Amino acid sequence: MFDLDAVRSQFPLLADRTIDDSRVVYLDSGNTSQKPRRVIDAMTSFMETSYAPINRSSYRLAGEATEAYEAGRTAIARLINAPSADEVVFTKNASEAMNLVAMAWGRANLEAGDVVVLTEMEHHANIVPWQMLAQERGIEIRWVGLTADGQLDLSNLDELLSDAKVFAFTAMSNVLGTIPPTKKLCAAAHAAGALAVVDACQFVPHNVTDVQDWDADLVAFSSHKMCGPTGIGMLWGKMEILEAMPPFMGGGNMIDTVTFDGFTTAPVPAKFEPGTPAIVEAVGLAAAVEFLEDIGMANIRQHEMSLTRYALDTLNARFGDDITIYGPDNVEVRGGIFSFEFRDLHPHDVSQVLDEKNVCVRAGHHCAKPLMQTLGVNATTRASVYLYNDEADIDALADGLDGASDIFGF
Amino acid sequence: MPGLEDLYREIILDHYRTPRNRGELDPPAVKIDGHNPLCGDEITVYLAVDGTGDDAVVTDIKIGGQGCSISQSSASMMTKAVIGKQVGEINAVMRRFKSMMGIDNIELEEADSEVDLGELEALQGVVKFPVRIKCAVLSWNTLANAIAASAASAADDA
Repeated sequence: MFDLDAVRSQFPLLADRTIDDSRVVYLDSGNTSQKPRRVIDAMTSFMETSYAPINRSSYRLAGEATEAYEAGRTAIARLINAPSADEVVFTKNASEAMNLVAMAWGRANLEAGDVVVLTEMEHHANIVPWQMLAQERGIEIRWVGLTADGQLDLSNLDELLSDAKVFAFTAMSNVLGTIPPTKKLCAAAHAAGALAVVDACQFVPHNVTDVQDWDADLVAFSSHKMCGPTGIGMLWGKMEILEAMPPFMGGGNMIDTVTFDGFTTAPVPAKFEPGTPAIVEAVGLAAAVEFLEDIGMANIRQHEMSLTRYALDTLNARFGDDITIYGPDNVEVRGGIFSFEFRDLHPHDVSQVLDEKNVCVRAGHHCAKPLMQTLGVNATTRASVYLYNDEADIDALADGLDGASDIFGF
Repeated sequence: MPGLEDLYREIILDHYRTPRNRGELDPPAVKIDGHNPLCGDEITVYLAVDGTGDDAVVTDIKIGGQGCSISQSSASMMTKAVIGKQVGEINAVMRRFKSMMGIDNIELEEADSEVDLGELEALQGVVKFPVRIKCAVLSWNTLANAIAASAASAADDA
């Protein structure tokens, strides 16, 4: 295990920021994570000492900047056990990565009537790009349903996957915390002849990730949920798949040559990185990966599993039937995300009352409106933890909830 | 930080617990849905209007949908404020209300200063919680769309 105080002390906002003279209880890491000193310093130092364009100028400083940018790619490849750093494509965020998959791979490989299978617990980022493709060319979208405890209902998976070209699913639900059996789902996709696309946005920051063990084809995730900066996301893919894909967006950096008649593309990954990329952010991301590696992803997962157990037990013990926490109870198959209904109070009001106690949670549909429909609600309150949270944060959440119903008189 | 008592005034909670004019209206009343994409709140305004132009009278209004205490109470108070009123008067209340909410692209007219917001004044505290302003104005924006839809359908019938 790791020393929680030592971890928290590395996050300036968590260590030093106060509102109304008290510390911030940050329970919104499923939304975006806080940033450690190491990331902040790496970005500042890079801008102060090594900042220059990448890939296009031949002076030494530009070479240095290019190396620093590429170190971000290498760090990501190491974190997810990718066979080659060249298979890591930098995007603006995970949503762009999913759009890249749907628009580049999808447009090249899907036509009217082709089937894409999604699950009912997907984030809009893994829904809307496919729906755009459905509008554009009439592909069919099928949905894997959920069990009563918020896991995937795999009982008819073979039927849903029959003749499917793509199976795109989350490795960890951003609403339910559910961790589906990704390796098994990739195998099922391949058995049906479908491409296995994984939205690993919530998974990678909190778990040991091994894309080779999954045998996934394409995996999207983001930097800002794993202690890195905003503005940079990742698409990892098997090289032969990335090579066969047409480019997504055109411009500088992604070409081999351009003439009056046309263009040829640069090799992967530059083929998918038009324009000046998020250079400083890639440097910050490399620092974030090193920070996480020093603590150990397995340790982070262990810490969050025990915190998840504590949260489920504490909230259920204190509020009984007054609280409904969605998602599985077994912490082996869920991460530290708790979406809940509380005493018929609207999530916006719950979040407002919690904010008075400096407890930061998200209220709303969490960019998963179809899932809200499945759950039969408009919105939920969602608390989500990360490596810097502890039992005191969960207690603060519970204390804050305790005061909520007094105000509304329910 | 402003206290929760600034936000959750008793009259607001009363309208939240006991919303007025909930329900539906049959056509020819118009039915317009409004969404707050931020939080998923949904509201439906059913509006019955008699006449055309600024002199047209809102003869009935009903509210459907789900939302937080602020959006629900704002909708409930809105129904009381507009029922039996002329469209011209309602537009004036709407301008005053949005202006109170700190929405700065509202052009107040001279006579608007005499508009009495009545219990809607209780929502003034929302301004201190900027993320909640959208909740308070959702029903009003939906009403504006409903009034426009009524006018359009009246024009079609003419």
